[in-house]
Amino acid sequence: MPEEKEELWRWTESNWKDPDLKWQDAKFITVGIDVGSVSSQACIMADGQIFAYANMRTGSDSPNSARNALNYALEGADMAEDKIDYCIGTGYGRVNVPFADRSITEIACHARGANFIYGNQIRTVLDVGGQDIKAIRCDDKGRVTNFLMNDKCAAGTGRGMEVFSDLLGVSINEVGDRSFQFKGEEPEAVSSTCVVYAKSEATGLLRKGWTTEEVLASYCKAMAERIYSLVERVGVVPEFCITGGMAKNRGVIDRLMSKIGLDAAKTKWDTQIAGAAGAALFGYALCRKGKGRKK
Amino acid sequence: MIAAGIDCGAKNTKTVIMKDGKIMGKGIVFTGFDQESAINGSLDAALKDAGITKDAVEKWGGTGSGKKSIQGATEVNDIKAMAKGGSYFFPKTRTVADVGAEEGRAVKVDENGNAVDFAINEKCAAGAGAFVEAMARALEVTIEEMGSLCLQSDKTIPINAQCVIFAESEVVGLIHAKTSKPDISRAIHDAIASRVVSMIRRIGVNEDIVLMGGVGYNPGFKDAMARELGVTVYVPERPEFSMAVGAAVVAAGA
Repeated sequence: MPEEKEELWRWTESNWKDPDLKWQDAKFITVGIDVGSVSSQACIMADGQIFAYANMRTGSDSPNSARNALNYALEGADMAEDKIDYCIGTGYGRVNVPFADRSITEIACHARGANFIYGNQIRTVLDVGGQDIKAIRCDDKGRVTNFLMNDKCAAGTGRGMEVFSDLLGVSINEVGDRSFQFKGEEPEAVSSTCVVYAKSEATGLLRKGWTTEEVLASYCKAMAERIYSLVERVGVVPEFCITGGMAKNRGVIDRLMSKIGLDAAKTKWDTQIAGAAGAALFGYALCRKGKGRKK
Repeated sequence: MIAAGIDCGAKNTKTVIMKDGKIMGKGIVFTGFDQESAINGSLDAALKDAGITKDAVEKWGGTGSGKKSIQGATEVNDIKAMAKGGSYFFPKTRTVADVGAEEGRAVKVDENGNAVDFAINEKCAAGAGAFVEAMARALEVTIEEMGSLCLQSDKTIPINAQCVIFAESEVVGLIHAKTSKPDISRAIHDAIASRVVSMIRRIGVNEDIVLMGGVGYNPGFKDAMARELGVTVYVPERPEFSMAVGAAVVAAGA
């Protein structure tokens, strides 16, 4: 009988709401929808405060993924869709959010969102998403001053990590911790940049007798080096923060931060919602200026 | 004079036996993890095919990523083997392209079959055979099937992603969108051909290109490359042996 293969690389989808926030008192309810290549988020804000959000995997078509994320957030928030005053789409699938009032690039939204979830002392934002890496410099208002992006190559992206999690049979949530569970000295980084070649290299290392943890350590180190080369080019100005799913992987982040020689800022919020939160904040700003939806 | 050329590649090891510039025998085995046994295996097969014994071989040439493991052979660098191999089959060619499992190369040759310039990609799977393999897996067909499927389509669908990993998701997206397998196959071949062609353009495109390596068996790829370059693409009858032939030719002349 064929064995049902567990998809270890899949992270868990979730939704959340602030039980203490009285959204009914808010003047404007704004929503940001971030349709990424791998994950989609919906963030609902009440007068510029995060009230609820949902984080889901992007399906094969963007409009559906955007709809699913919004429905999941509304469901968790126990709110009707007609309460929304303004909605902005962002991310790689931003033009495919049929119910959005407008779209804004993810670079602007990430900077704005990071400014909110990490605080206005942030000057450098690193977003490691499913299919791209963005290093963004911004001012105290969360406005973009410079940025660099790699969206051509899977090396260093979340998708690259998923491929490894699948190859090694390690749940994506455990990759970070497991990558530190090796004995003796930390192994050298995998030498191939290309994920396809790194995969063959890793298979060779396993055959040579390396443990799964050693291979993970070696790959996380390679990812950190790859990300570092992009961050370094844009220039790191403190404080530095990381958004996107990779921020949850200490295997890569701890190694990256020790290379940069700084500590990354901390937040209580889910790092994957930065883009959606930024979009919702732009919506709130528009509403306050009277540039919201025509009623 | 009898010369043997051995090409110990990342995936397969190939040996040819040549007598006075004519191919007498060929042998090919999977390289695996033991290069030496692959070398001996392909050599035995080639000797048997030629109907001679090892003692009859006067000159030895070795090439490919495992050339250091070929004992007693003249080391022939890969670019030289490509140039000589390509000119052996098609003396008029000035450009030889080789798409291997994990790297793509293009060599510009002069009228004597000497390499004058080359371009190589070994950093990114997007320009190598690994691209086709990964896409065939996503499409759930064999590489052979994909090559002929492609010829049934006349649609042009762009694959926007450069990276193999991202292109795989794009292909899955096309499958979900109910795009037909022939159309997807053609899109895949056009995509890899455009990556290989951009490498060839770095050394300049001349008429009559020779395509070497196992990918030469793929009519879809040959077709896509010819379309992209607008020139005739020639493939030797057994394209996977071209480098071994080049090594034998160099050894015989040494």
